[in-house]
Amino acid sequence: MSDYNFAYLDEQTKRMIRRAILKGVAVPGYQVPFASREMPMPYGWGTGGVQVSAACLTPEDTLKVIDQGADDTTNAVSIRKFFEKTAEVATTEHTGEATVIQTRHRIPEEPLTEDQILVYQVPIPEPLRFLEPRETETRKMHALEEYGLMHVKLYEDISRHGEIATSYAYPVKVEGRYVMDPSPIPKFDNPKLEMAAIQLFGAGREQRIYAIPPYTQVVSLDFEDYPFVASKANHACALCGAGDTYLDEVIVDDEGGRMYVCSDTDYCSGRQDKGHRGEMAAPYMEVAE
Amino acid sequence: MQTEALTGGFANPPVEASRGFRAALNALARPGTIETVAGAGAPAPVSTAAAVLLLTLCDAETPLYLAPGHDGQAVRDWIAFHIGAPIADAGEAMFALGTWEALQPLAPFRAGTSEYPDRSVTLFVEMEGLEQKGARLTGPGIREAAHLSLPEIAAFQANRAAFPLGRDFYFCAGDRLAGLPRSTMVEAG
Repeated sequence: MSDYNFAYLDEQTKRMIRRAILKGVAVPGYQVPFASREMPMPYGWGTGGVQVSAACLTPEDTLKVIDQGADDTTNAVSIRKFFEKTAEVATTEHTGEATVIQTRHRIPEEPLTEDQILVYQVPIPEPLRFLEPRETETRKMHALEEYGLMHVKLYEDISRHGEIATSYAYPVKVEGRYVMDPSPIPKFDNPKLEMAAIQLFGAGREQRIYAIPPYTQVVSLDFEDYPFVASKANHACALCGAGDTYLDEVIVDDEGGRMYVCSDTDYCSGRQDKGHRGEMAAPYMEVAE
Repeated sequence: MQTEALTGGFANPPVEASRGFRAALNALARPGTIETVAGAGAPAPVSTAAAVLLLTLCDAETPLYLAPGHDGQAVRDWIAFHIGAPIADAGEAMFALGTWEALQPLAPFRAGTSEYPDRSVTLFVEMEGLEQKGARLTGPGIREAAHLSLPEIAAFQANRAAFPLGRDFYFCAGDRLAGLPRSTMVEAG
């Protein structure tokens, strides 16, 4: 028996969040305001995602939490422990075993299924915020479907850098209506936004929830002569040898040495377990006792 | 003293509400799927599915409209005891409960504003039965096409035409429920 109400939040708060989630599902890409609560962690550590996860979890769920693709970093570990304690749900590091996945800034490499929910932690939900700081104005721009400013921003990228230099939080248009910030996932992940799982986005400090239902059309903004490209580092993973995954660059010494490894730790170790080896992988695996 | 109003709530509210919500989420995110729910019982004519939705989503912050046929003292007492939702006119309601015929006309219900399309009603429509045939559904949440036995077609086409404004629906029959968000395109099946 836990000392906490199931999944930490009180029931009235959960109902309020659940109503916001359902309106978000009904209007894909539209940011629904909600009365975000203070959580026992600071803003910026995933309070929005935690509240959405708390509203979604049932005792039967298996939870996975990733931070930049990794299951073993501070943010992921502490949120996983938080729900182990307050909701007593099972947890896993394996994408395929999870029913609810809370993520910070990545979509798992393994394709998600219809039985899964992906919950994103979102810092700044408003894609137009850095172009127009006033909420009253950005709200009007969404209402009028006035997204010219976003195309000007992408055009300025091209005129300055010769290509669309935006590499993360790359804006998308959902179901031909709302321009949406997919949270700071690398643009490599943008094509995966059209998936079989339900995607929910929670921004705690900014008090917004939004959603993409399964199989919803999600188009990355671009131009005919400068089409969207889902870019990644031009290397193979140094540990598992995968050539089609998003890679982290790791500096390994003070002489410019570096290695590129999968940011999705579960996917990478799964491939290594199957015997795939990259150029810097250990020649054999230690057998755990 | 009437005791019917005091029974029929969730035995374990946090857990049963979480299951009720997941059914509601899945139904609305995947139009055409039919979910089965349990754990609540309201006075007739309220179905089990509608009672679960009321307990899961409504509280003292959500004005509720009861359509003729569902607006009776027994139902009001049950809602007052378990939920505390203020009973409201159609124009102020965040949620509404009734049969499709009794909920007509839909025009007074809130459809949101262009700046706040979320400020719109969700209707719980009581049905005789619910089957995955009839009207053809396409749009967000549906891989190719789904079918659902909707009470009519034209009203949902008009609802979709106003997107992103609009009203969202749950259809309840016994312990089964299905969802129809405003984003779904509806054609005769």
